[in-house]
Amino acid sequence: MKQKKSFRYINACGMICYRNYSNKLKYGLPSAGTRDMVPGRFPGKVNMEIYWQLFCAFFRIGGLTFGGGLAQLPMLKYELVQKYHWLEEPELLDIYAIGQCTPGIIAINTATYVGYKKKGVMGGIVATLGMVTPSLVIITLVAAALQSVIDNVWVQHAIMGIRGVVCALMLNTVLTMGKKTLKSRYAVAVAIPALIAAFFFNVTTLVIVIIAAVFGMVWHVALHDGRKGGNAE
Amino acid sequence: MNTMLLVFLEFMKIGLVAVGGGPATLPYLMELTEKYDWYTMEDLTNMIAVSESTPGPLGLNMATYAGYKTLGFFGGVISTAGLVIPSIIIICLIAKFLENFNENPYVVGAFSAIRPAVWAIIAVSVYRVCKVSLFSLADGVYTPIPKTMALCVVVFALLQVKKLQKYHPAIWLLIAVILGIVFRF
Repeated sequence: MKQKKSFRYINACGMICYRNYSNKLKYGLPSAGTRDMVPGRFPGKVNMEIYWQLFCAFFRIGGLTFGGGLAQLPMLKYELVQKYHWLEEPELLDIYAIGQCTPGIIAINTATYVGYKKKGVMGGIVATLGMVTPSLVIITLVAAALQSVIDNVWVQHAIMGIRGVVCALMLNTVLTMGKKTLKSRYAVAVAIPALIAAFFFNVTTLVIVIIAAVFGMVWHVALHDGRKGGNAE
Repeated sequence: MNTMLLVFLEFMKIGLVAVGGGPATLPYLMELTEKYDWYTMEDLTNMIAVSESTPGPLGLNMATYAGYKTLGFFGGVISTAGLVIPSIIIICLIAKFLENFNENPYVVGAFSAIRPAVWAIIAVSVYRVCKVSLFSLADGVYTPIPKTMALCVVVFALLQVKKLQKYHPAIWLLIAVILGIVFRF
């Protein structure tokens, strides 16, 4: 009976608050399981719960997946499609494709895009913060720990072993990436000059990427696929 | 203070131009070793090892580690912020203004050439990291470090077996630690 006499709303910190008609705050609870509630019943109050959810979802995605990029897709699907119903699966694949076609870390791009679609620029920032935080904490701890023992003889032995495996893993990455990327003659024709430029002439990465981008645009639009693009429009 | 700003700007540059995610940051991180004395090529192998065996996106982990190496905890925060800010700006703009961004013929065209070019650059970077990691440099002559080299060749061969590919990199690194300590690499 007591509750009927009071308003229930979500305050700026994402807490459920109850106020009675004299508008005096009675008590607040953490906002778990309040998704059914209608926010914003009090003017000037912002519903923060969605931000908290965005942060937590991407915190989990960042903290529980290894490797980023493609490795994160199942986790993204679980959190964003199945758990929160923020997106449909084809939408997620679209976003993922955009993440790949834009500069920067793919995982960050995906997080920003989803956050933006949900809650604008602030949403994008919050989602990205969620993604970044686990890495920041874990890497700082590991790096600090490693730094303090790096002069130890046994650690040095271990590092020499690790180096061998890191090289093997990276060579394998190059191999698998190459198989995926260099499928057409066109791709090979672009890769070889880039390889020569980087290897023999030490041309900086940025310059190579820009030249490749311009070349690709010209080739694709003006010379090669120009008609196709016209038909599509 | 000056270094802080420099770290921020350098990583912002990486965030702005590293196309292709994690491994694509490697060439840029390598260029930083040539430009500044923030960390060495040897540090870079440790960075890759740690980044591969901890959760989180590879590129992000490497950038955080590089920042940490340069300026401690706040270096890590600054490098991460630098890396992320261009992404936030670019993605928000694309999400707002460009409906079918990834179907735009200019974008498709540019990326059809960027991907192979980036692959080539990554291949060169990996070659350089391997050269520093597997060989010891004395008087301008590279001599192979036998045990590390042998481990690299064996693991690379094993990685070509389909059944072994599903194992997480951290498992390989754990094996490396054990072998390294037992056989005193």
